[in-house]
Amino acid sequence: MLATSVAAVSAATATSGSSPSLLVYSGQHPGTIEALAQAFEQATGIKVDVRTSLDATLATQLVVEGSHSPADVFLAENSPALEDLQQRNLLAPVAASTLAKVPKRDSSAQGDWVGIAAHASLLVYNTADVQPSQLPTSILGLADPQWKGKLALAPSETDFQPIVVAVAAKYGKAKALAWLSALRTNAVGHVYSNNTAIVSQVNAGQGDLAVIDPYYWYALRDQFGAGATHTAVQFLAPGDPGYVVDVSGAAILRSSKHQAEAQRFLAFMVSRQGQAALAHDQTYEYPLVPGVAADPVLPPWSTLQPDPITAAQLGNGLEAVTLLQESGLL
Amino acid sequence: MTNAAVEMKAASLGVRRRPHVRFGRLLLVTASLIVAGAALLPLAFLLLQAVQVGWTELWSVLWRPLTATLLWNTVRLTVCVTIGAAVIGVAAAWCTERTDLPLRRLWTVLLVLPLAVPDFVLGFGWNSLAPGVYGFWGSVLVMTTGSYPLVYLPVAAALRSADPDLEDVARTLGSRRALAFARTVLQQIRPALLGGCLVVSLILLAEFGTFEILRFQTFSTEIFNEFEIGFNTPAACALSLVLVAIGLCLLVTEVVVRGPGVPRRGLGRPPRRARLGKLSPLVMIALAALVGVSIGVPLWAIVYWFVQGSSSTLPATSLAHAALATAAYCSAAAAISTFAAVPVALLVERRRTRLSMLLERSTYIVLALPGLVVALALGYFSVRYFPTLYQSSGELVFTYAVMFFPLALVVMRGSVAQAPAGLEDVARTLGHGRASIFLRITLPLLLPGLLAAFALVFLVASTELTATLLLHPTGVETLATQFWAYTSDFSYGAAAPYALTLMLVAMVPGVMLGFWFERIGGRRAAS
Repeated sequence: MLATSVAAVSAATATSGSSPSLLVYSGQHPGTIEALAQAFEQATGIKVDVRTSLDATLATQLVVEGSHSPADVFLAENSPALEDLQQRNLLAPVAASTLAKVPKRDSSAQGDWVGIAAHASLLVYNTADVQPSQLPTSILGLADPQWKGKLALAPSETDFQPIVVAVAAKYGKAKALAWLSALRTNAVGHVYSNNTAIVSQVNAGQGDLAVIDPYYWYALRDQFGAGATHTAVQFLAPGDPGYVVDVSGAAILRSSKHQAEAQRFLAFMVSRQGQAALAHDQTYEYPLVPGVAADPVLPPWSTLQPDPITAAQLGNGLEAVTLLQESGLL
Repeated sequence: MTNAAVEMKAASLGVRRRPHVRFGRLLLVTASLIVAGAALLPLAFLLLQAVQVGWTELWSVLWRPLTATLLWNTVRLTVCVTIGAAVIGVAAAWCTERTDLPLRRLWTVLLVLPLAVPDFVLGFGWNSLAPGVYGFWGSVLVMTTGSYPLVYLPVAAALRSADPDLEDVARTLGSRRALAFARTVLQQIRPALLGGCLVVSLILLAEFGTFEILRFQTFSTEIFNEFEIGFNTPAACALSLVLVAIGLCLLVTEVVVRGPGVPRRGLGRPPRRARLGKLSPLVMIALAALVGVSIGVPLWAIVYWFVQGSSSTLPATSLAHAALATAAYCSAAAAISTFAAVPVALLVERRRTRLSMLLERSTYIVLALPGLVVALALGYFSVRYFPTLYQSSGELVFTYAVMFFPLALVVMRGSVAQAPAGLEDVARTLGHGRASIFLRITLPLLLPGLLAAFALVFLVASTELTATLLLHPTGVETLATQFWAYTSDFSYGAAAPYALTLMLVAMVPGVMLGFWFERIGGRRAAS
């Protein structure tokens, strides 16, 4: 009886051998990839199967699978995972026509992955405990003694690494290390594992200030309603290293047996239709193709003035990890 | 013929109790070798990765100041939680198996239920209800109340089959009641108790989700950090090897503490139950408090989510599909683990040679490894050598079976230790064949253990997340993975039904266990 039930579950998931299908490893929010996959299936008839997990777990899995990987496309929430796979020569070059659709700085310098969406980091603060005038304008201000015991931090969160790299790039490694050590002092008792935890905790009054990827604040407000949201968000000063653009990108695996279909999928992601699918359905990210309107609840992309650091300069985040480990945060 | 009559006949024939070969030693050794081979695949993967990276880099990873902190954290946590779980587990098992506690079947179900609570639900529940519970003491509290069932189950199974005659004999020889209990019953449950403690300590090494939320740094949380942000698989594997080393120390310690082991006598009458009398309400309150803390907190979290949450834009995978998938995978894995545990337990309990001990010990190592590492290891081999099996239902079931096999083994060892070898000897002299002996004598004796082992593996496998995320068949979600997907997106209202269903699904083996325990006791009383 057990064997039949296991077999039944297997049969239910067996794909038909005739029509082509793509296997996508996605570190993006499930709603985003589902919107893209459904739209692509409707447009082309190519079935898209999705495995969702975290960026790095999937990247590790791809590395362990190596050239035997069954995956065709890798969609990452942030660029470090893509840069890492690129360094290991696991990615196939993206078609030039696809790369041409988005600004060059938002894709791989080598052409192995293409950016499809972006978000910029900002501050989240508890409105009951903190006034907007008290908020720091520079990311270095998070190290101020006034935030001791009030700062919420997630050092292992992938979104934090670009900020660390940007700080080190602008102010030098020594200053970045000192800044991180001060953050460690300020965040005592409020060190969490990811952005989801940070936003929930700051909303609940555990910790007053944090720097996050805005998706999580919008998602929280969406779920619990404006009435239960006791937090607000604010950008840092223009060009500040804490005000960093994180690019979400897609790549094709070199080992994929469906290269043509995979290229079509990536081309679809940067087409008007694909970008429009991205911009709605509560994805809270900016489409990278110029001229596509983002979710109206977000401030317009043209008003953003982030630090000019590029995805290529951010690399695979190893520099950030080393600094975080040296400062004792990791 | 009743068991008592067989014993008398054996005595009259002058059959001596000699440990010699039963059930085809070759068969047992071969089966154990296969099982040990499967259980050691993760270790092979770690060693392969370590060899690729080289000694100097491994050493630099291990020789950081953080490693000392992690080691200290791990040691003090393991000691505190293991002792706590042992005390609570034995006390609870004694209450339900050796006293006339009312509603025993209900208590049995409730006392094993904490195993059905996923670590992320547990962590979140505690963090929301009592934000002050975090760090070292928070982790001790949460892990003790969450893992005592791992001691409770094997000890209860052992008490169920233990021989009350020895207790009576001790009492007639003048020992006071408490001393009689300590000497005889504790001796009889020793393998089960030590096995349970071993399992608790190994599982602590691999635990990740709860510590992440409670902000307690261990080797396991550090391994995840290395995987997740450092893309540093070799470093993560180096740290995993440290866990293996610690696991080996624990395994050796358990062997040393347990000693050579004493063959057990039979099971005649059902156990004499102590009358609680006036203590009964006090005991009930204490058990209720324990259950309240260990299950009440996560249940509160689930209710909170039902109330708090609203709709979700995530694709609505049917709850029934996920529940069916979970039940199917976990039942299959539990059946395989239990089936595989029988030859290994028989081999090591009946014939204690170096080979049998080595084989048995080697299968425990996998329990010290985080699920993510085991999944990566099995995935590594299957994607290269069995590609059609990669990310299939069969592979996921096999992964669960490998990960949780030690749990089944611990329970089976306790059960086999209780089953007297002498009865099999007698049956052989009376002319029964090996198969007949196994089916008519050994298997019925092992039945409580088989059921407890099945229930235990099922319960623990149903909450597994990290390995499942890696190896589940594409398009199939389990209750745990779907729950995780929803909570990562703040969709708590959508996630709550999955957590609740998980606990309901887990109640099935718990109820089964309670029901069968009662029936077996009743049958023995009648014989």
